[in-house]
Amino acid sequence: MKPNEPSSGLRYLLSELTLTPIVCLLVLIAIIVVVLFAPFIAPHPEAAILTDESFSLPGELMLLGSDFLGRDVLSRLIYGIRVTVSVAFAISLIAFILGCALGFLAAVKRGWVDSLLSRSVDALISFPAIMVALIVISALGSSIPVLIITIALIDSTRVFRVARALGMDIVVQDYIEAAKVRGEKMGWIIWHEMLPNALAPLAAEFGIRFTYAILFISALSFLGLGVQAPHADLGVMVKENMQGILYETYTPLYPALCIAMVTLSVNLLVDWFLKTTDAELPDEL
Amino acid sequence: MREPNPITPVLEVKGLCVSAQNRKKQLTPIVSDISFSIAPGKVTALIGESGSGKTTISLACLGFARAGCVINAGEVKLGDVDVLRLSNAQRRAIRGKDIAYIAQSAAAAFNSALTLNRQVTETAVINGILSQEEATAKAISLYRELDLPEPETIGDRYPHQVSGGQLQRLMAAMAMICDPRLLILDEPTTALDVTTQIEVLRSFKKLIRNKSTSAIYVSHDLAVVAQIADEVMVLKDGVEVERGSIDNIINAPQHEYTIELINAAHIMPEQLPAARTPLLNADSSIALPLLRVETVTAGYGRSHKYLALHDVSLEAYSTRTIGVIGESGSGKTTLGRVISGLMNVKSGSVSLEGQPLDDAIDLRDRDQLKAIQFAFQMADVALNPRHRIGKILGRPLAFYFDLSQQAIDNRVAELLELVELPTEYALRFPRELSGGEKQRVNLARALAAEPKLIICDEITSALDTVVAKSILALLVELQERLGVSYVFISHDISTIIQMADTIAVMREGQVVAYGTTAEVMTPPHHPYTQLLLDSVPAMRTDWLDNLA
Repeated sequence: MKPNEPSSGLRYLLSELTLTPIVCLLVLIAIIVVVLFAPFIAPHPEAAILTDESFSLPGELMLLGSDFLGRDVLSRLIYGIRVTVSVAFAISLIAFILGCALGFLAAVKRGWVDSLLSRSVDALISFPAIMVALIVISALGSSIPVLIITIALIDSTRVFRVARALGMDIVVQDYIEAAKVRGEKMGWIIWHEMLPNALAPLAAEFGIRFTYAILFISALSFLGLGVQAPHADLGVMVKENMQGILYETYTPLYPALCIAMVTLSVNLLVDWFLKTTDAELPDEL
Repeated sequence: MREPNPITPVLEVKGLCVSAQNRKKQLTPIVSDISFSIAPGKVTALIGESGSGKTTISLACLGFARAGCVINAGEVKLGDVDVLRLSNAQRRAIRGKDIAYIAQSAAAAFNSALTLNRQVTETAVINGILSQEEATAKAISLYRELDLPEPETIGDRYPHQVSGGQLQRLMAAMAMICDPRLLILDEPTTALDVTTQIEVLRSFKKLIRNKSTSAIYVSHDLAVVAQIADEVMVLKDGVEVERGSIDNIINAPQHEYTIELINAAHIMPEQLPAARTPLLNADSSIALPLLRVETVTAGYGRSHKYLALHDVSLEAYSTRTIGVIGESGSGKTTLGRVISGLMNVKSGSVSLEGQPLDDAIDLRDRDQLKAIQFAFQMADVALNPRHRIGKILGRPLAFYFDLSQQAIDNRVAELLELVELPTEYALRFPRELSGGEKQRVNLARALAAEPKLIICDEITSALDTVVAKSILALLVELQERLGVSYVFISHDISTIIQMADTIAVMREGQVVAYGTTAEVMTPPHHPYTQLLLDSVPAMRTDWLDNLA
């Protein structure tokens, strides 16, 4: 390593961009645009019934045809992406804040704090996630806040384990000891000394959690417990238009394709990020 | 085994070049144009600091280059076979049988799930050279030659059931099981305590002499090498600096780098440095100690089950240095942790300027925290790799003094100047600094708090001798300028003698000798102090042979 080169993580990452991450990034940017500007992009309102023909073929009025009620598939897809992606993002964000905070706390405090937190998480993990979600949602009724908080809680247990394991490795380093000798408070140690060193693996974990969250809400919607009609959601759309397969239309495949595209591009991006940040380890040769 | 021909050398290395290769296939030379040969039964030492390429050369003699490195020129002839031209399968056949390698850390080289005998005899048995019974019998005779205790049964134990020094000797037995023509020893005693080092060194020497094996001995320590080597090659940055017989190198070094190495070596000073006058107050009354540790007992585990300190008492005076010396497991680091508040005591007390200090760090007030700072052994892990130097040094300033950002920046620059680093370093990350530079930053961080006392825990142990010497000089200078007091913890008695005004010798958690440097170091010594003193190799070739 040349000592005079200021090291810049971002510049290094950009220099390592290859075709796959570029394509994934473009897909993600497109999706973010869709999420932010759905009402301006969609040609029709999401719930408007424009024709009495179910599963009509693509035409000038409706670029991807109509769904089982005669609504515009393209418009519903655009609104559906907006709901699914933003809910999944909210879920991952909450799961992360909660999981990381508790995971690091367990790693720093050890002892009974760690035992209590870890055992509670183990207990939660021992139930199949979808079952816990089904029980909670059927008890509280399905609404977007309930959905977000339930899935975020379930997801945070997975994040907790990752954060705790990372934290355990970091907390025994001398620079943490140095901060303790200085008399730093625990919050400061977690935020300033530990978090920066766990950021790369946590960012990757965030990507993976995000794709799981998308799949999870889609699955719940598909089961009828997720986003409720008439609102569009990718899982709801697959479910509503399932019987379209019988009429040889592509209608249910469009939302399925969207789910696959979003999860795949996030996943590939995470893989690439992990690979390049790993290689960025100081190479002294 | 063939009888070595006395005329042809066992190993002949010609024009060896090894380079590092990055992902873009660019080559950076690590070792260039190295040539040497080893006569039968002779030991050649490769001497140099870290990064000098000594391990790279020794590995290249096995036809091996570490990941990311390529051997790009030269030949390595073992007898009349060029090791570098062999296929991997052919190389595998000669490794272990004709060339054997002893690594620095035996603890990492043994599989803890298998018995020692099984591992020692493995090479001979899988290569079909000896049957298991013959190999075991041979192993036992090697154990005897290496002065291992209970040679008949020690091989039935597992690696964790023997000590570090014994493990290192068992590794030598493993290497010698096939009577190799060439033995490569890579810093075999560096990780050992001084008292253990002698025993291991003595066994190695006896073994090499009895078997008349040729050997390459890789080390950074000239005084150790002087006991065992016939020829020495001094390396710097992958290039040969000087070569000659061991007598010539240590008695009449030609190159200035060799002279520098000899001057920086950890050998006992001829006489004790002049003692400083006792510390007096302004009214010339004798000053009270800055820090007083009184009958401290502390340990690890639930309710201090495993005691690491028994009844330890000592005093540190301002502007003076107390040296704490001991081998691994003596409790010296635990003492540092207790003083700094990282560890609770079972009984006893620590007081600063007459005020008792709470043993829990969160109950100490800001002035008490500020007064005692800790400098860690491994600067690599003591500096957060994700923070720039400016932030690492700036935080204690913000934490203790509530300075504005502008004031912090100015003070960081001052601190960097204080430890003789360029002020631009504030923008760098720790990985962009060398080991010695990192250790300076480590010190600067401790100084940032304007402490009264700094606990220096083995701060020069991980550094090359020349770099370590400059750090020690910096410590002395800082003490003169800032009047800071040091608790200097080290396993190296020669460093302690140079640095300390008072010395505490620790063994198994107890202070066995305590007093001013002159008191502790003038005979009659405590038997353990005597043992430590006797264990420091002298820069003479006959030191080991003349030892009782």
